[in-house]
Amino acid sequence: MTITLPAETVVAAPKAPEAPVDWSYPLRRLLETLLVPFCALLLAAGAFAIFLLALGSSPIEFASLIWRGAFGSWFSFQNTLQRAAPLMLTALCVALPAQLGLVVIGGEGAVVLGGLAAAVVGASLSSLYPPLVILGMAIAGAGFGALWIGLTGWLRAYRGINETIASLLLAYVAIAVFNHLVEGPLRDPASLNKPSTLPIGEANMLGSIPGTDIHPGLIFGIIICLGFWIMIQRTSFGFAWRVTGGNLRAALLQGLPANRLIVIACALGGACAGLAGMIEVAAVHGSANASLAAGYGYAGILIAFLARQSPLGIIPMAILLGGISAAGGLIQRRLGLPDATVLVLQGFIFVSILASETIYGRFRWFQPRGVA
Amino acid sequence: MENLSMVFVALIAGALRVSTPFLFVSLGECLTEKSGRINLGNEGALVLGAMTAYAFSYETGSPWLGVLAAMCAGGALGLLHGLVCSLARVNDIAMGIAVMLAGIGIAFFFGKPYIQPSAPQLPVLPLGFWSDTPQIRSALDVSPLFFLGLLIAVFMAWAFKNTRTGLVVRIVGDSADAARAMGLPIDRIRILSTVAGSALAGVGGSFLSLSYPGSWNEGLSSGQGLVAVALVVFARWNPIACVGAALLFGAAGALGPSLQTIGVTQGYYLFYAAPYVLTLVIMVLTVAPGRVLRGMPGELSLTR
Repeated sequence: MTITLPAETVVAAPKAPEAPVDWSYPLRRLLETLLVPFCALLLAAGAFAIFLLALGSSPIEFASLIWRGAFGSWFSFQNTLQRAAPLMLTALCVALPAQLGLVVIGGEGAVVLGGLAAAVVGASLSSLYPPLVILGMAIAGAGFGALWIGLTGWLRAYRGINETIASLLLAYVAIAVFNHLVEGPLRDPASLNKPSTLPIGEANMLGSIPGTDIHPGLIFGIIICLGFWIMIQRTSFGFAWRVTGGNLRAALLQGLPANRLIVIACALGGACAGLAGMIEVAAVHGSANASLAAGYGYAGILIAFLARQSPLGIIPMAILLGGISAAGGLIQRRLGLPDATVLVLQGFIFVSILASETIYGRFRWFQPRGVA
Repeated sequence: MENLSMVFVALIAGALRVSTPFLFVSLGECLTEKSGRINLGNEGALVLGAMTAYAFSYETGSPWLGVLAAMCAGGALGLLHGLVCSLARVNDIAMGIAVMLAGIGIAFFFGKPYIQPSAPQLPVLPLGFWSDTPQIRSALDVSPLFFLGLLIAVFMAWAFKNTRTGLVVRIVGDSADAARAMGLPIDRIRILSTVAGSALAGVGGSFLSLSYPGSWNEGLSSGQGLVAVALVVFARWNPIACVGAALLFGAAGALGPSLQTIGVTQGYYLFYAAPYVLTLVIMVLTVAPGRVLRGMPGELSLTR
């Protein structure tokens, strides 16, 4: 018996050593990507509960108010979905460049400029056939957004300027330009207390999904998220993105146009954020005014990180964060906490999510088996 | 001519006033980056420092206690950043954004009751006593914090060159491998540098609420802490150069208000953008892809 053993190994050696097929690995990997953020959220909730207790408020009442204000009734859930729509798009503005390893945080600038461009186009075309007007607005909004974040990408790729700082500086410039135009040259003289641009007209508004109060922006948001998810996972273009983000040197050796990919990814992300601004104008405000700069761009950063930069994961996370912000008013009224409470909660979640990055790959159980 | 000299005086006054928070945040960021880490959370430390300083000054009646409290608050935020960034695979740029948002959230949360009342302000040093012109007199009312910042800058430049601590910070920032070979506690040094840097940013915040503009509200800082990060790149991680850069940015920030004094109100909002545009232009002119900047810590992930 023992004598035959070496002979067998010699025979088997020329063949490739067969690793046992690890069927459950994809499932366990999925479980890891779901469990880790979930535990991070729990940790953040726990820390926030301690924070509330220290202030003498009841965390249980807080949680139940969030539930009621965000998901508890059809009315509040519609409100949540309403807010989730622009959040999905601004989160894409972070997630798409992140596929290439970039941290772009200036989405707010693309939101306000995209919204402004859409409002100007909408107001000047307002007498045309409404679907044409809306198309024009979408192109203008996405175009300006793409230009703004694309500029960040260009600065990064061709001038070596850190994209995080550049995008943020550009966001402040965008908000200054926006304020200048809305309060000055583009101001509708009829808007007295709240400076706004000329209205785009009731007929050109997006309206709502039949049977609900939700505007169609939600559908656009979901379709665009799904589209980018498929692009990243299933097309060679998306693969080129992931290679570039994973290993720049490998990408350059393969002859991938890394610099051009960076500009394209940033411009596409910016187009999404600009579209978010356009949707806010076309579905909610009817013109561009200061409420466009409501911090959607910054909430988008958190959502993209919560979703681990996956366009598919952005959808539920945007709904979660949209719900928390929708419940903000209720919390303020019932518990007498300041409106910044939601900001504090978001900060706790963000810190805890980023800290949880360290968990991935730590536990054997989630790793592929059978390979030495 | 009269108008021009008024703008000039206003610009110098603005540079002396507006530059102080830039100075403190950039010095703090300089220290943190020298140790090889980036802290975008200094923007949060600035806002939290402003709120804490105002609240303590109001409750205790002593603005200097407020400055001390702001320092502690900034340091605490820096500790959070430093600790979490020590974990494996945590991106310090993303974490900085998280710390920034957390700091701003906490500042807004606890700062709500302090928007209305007025707190005791820091005293000023009247350096314009020799002049009879009221504009020049008020322009040269300089906060002692500005001079404190100058002292810290000189001290830091000296310490980086001549002390063991300065050398240790620079080694950790330049090459983690070398530091490890020397048996230096890398994480501990980086955490301490981040805490100290963030504490300086907190002091910068206290200037905002206790000296100029001298009140607490939620729009107090519009990215000054982040501009300071870019400013450190411009200053080539040299504390003395940080002073010059901060003065330049102070002047840029004062451009709009000083033009207003002579009646130029056109494009008021556009002048708001001046410091940000200036930052971008300077970065475009000074940074180049693939070039290592003089003085840049080797472990830094900022311009890679």
